[in-house]
Amino acid sequence: MAKTSVTIIATGVANIASMRGAFHRLGCETVLTQEPARVLEDSLVVLPGVGAFGAGMERLRVLGLEGAIRERVTSGRSLLAVCLGLQLLCRSSEESPGIDGLSILDGVVERFRTPERIPQLGWNEVTAPPEARYLRSGYAYFANSFCARSITGVDVIAPATYGHQFVAACERGGLLACQFHPELSGAWGASLLDRWIAGA
Amino acid sequence: MITKRIIPCLDIRGGRIVKGVQFGNIKDAGNPAERAKLYEDQGADEIVILDISATDEERRACFSTISAVRAVLSIPLTVGGGVRTVDDARALLQEGADKVAVNTAAVRNPELISLLAEQFGSQCAILALDARSSGLMPSGYEVVVSSGKEPTGIDATTWARRAGELGIGEIVLTSFDRDGTGAGYDIPLLQAISTSVSVPVIASGGAGNVDDMVQAFEAGADAVLAASIFHYNRSTVTEVKAALAAHGLLMRP
Repeated sequence: MAKTSVTIIATGVANIASMRGAFHRLGCETVLTQEPARVLEDSLVVLPGVGAFGAGMERLRVLGLEGAIRERVTSGRSLLAVCLGLQLLCRSSEESPGIDGLSILDGVVERFRTPERIPQLGWNEVTAPPEARYLRSGYAYFANSFCARSITGVDVIAPATYGHQFVAACERGGLLACQFHPELSGAWGASLLDRWIAGA
Repeated sequence: MITKRIIPCLDIRGGRIVKGVQFGNIKDAGNPAERAKLYEDQGADEIVILDISATDEERRACFSTISAVRAVLSIPLTVGGGVRTVDDARALLQEGADKVAVNTAAVRNPELISLLAEQFGSQCAILALDARSSGLMPSGYEVVVSSGKEPTGIDATTWARRAGELGIGEIVLTSFDRDGTGAGYDIPLLQAISTSVSVPVIASGGAGNVDDMVQAFEAGADAVLAASIFHYNRSTVTEVKAALAAHGLLMRP
């Protein structure tokens, strides 16, 4: 039987190796792409991302991928968005004022307002509701200074707390968007990726 | 709530783990990928690899070590040692590092920090700050570089603050005086740095037992780094985390 193939959008920022490694350990092969047609049509697509919101949106625009990602989600196909990937799906971010996000998720991204240390770097507790399709409660690895405090119009929200509550992850149809890094979240993260692959 | 982190540190030379005392007197301590995976299975929250290669040949071996570790590791990996440019950092990220630590080159050229933060984000740009006690510095601690061989005349708190302004995302704070001694972390150093910056601080250098780690967390550390205590099987990560949890510290189960 052919290996399951996971398509990772190559946004140009470096550490894709962890993401690829996580899928390889689950027995998948990974393909990097910048082609709108593959982003729209491949069966399993990941929007990774580290770095700044403005630069991330600019790369999607230059690569002509905004429309493909929007259409993919609207048509109910599966997408995994990770870290900055989740933020790019929102309306806008305080990190890059005046720049529109993909507006697939109805939420805005803001800086953590807390006396806690910034960035949040480490393992935090995620609470998933029982109706979640992919998400389960557990500890996930976060590396972020910005977050969405709320997102509306989704099926499932899994919150976490860092000074205040924020969206650790959400689900809508085939879309799974995680502020944390499932690929760096040990066995818990691997089982989440496994459920996402199986459910897509 | 965010948990406190336990981070085993692998010093690598020529593709093997080595460990010394006060940055010298180096001994072999095992295979990096096997050890890293063992520590993950024991509950380690991250792994740090410091490349202490002296030659180009040893450095090339370290690159294949990083990709071998990445292949088996599903927790975050920080890599440092000899990073001088944005291209050096990118190469490590491509091999599988999630965060890159800069030390000597950043002291010589602080702009390196802002370049890394711009290019890869602050969460990816880590400062390895090595300090030793010095009566000549206002804080009592001086930054040392080149594996501790070279004093800089720079106050450790001044440098930590400056690195914070330039966009560093986290500080791995190593006490040169305590490195490899098992005499406990340098608590006044840790207090001085953790109150000077708003980014997370990882205590390093001197861990001998769980009480040392409790003291480091009480002094403001967000994570503790340890090498000898784990490499020589004095304690497992599992045992250390259970003991810290018994002290009331929040640990990832």
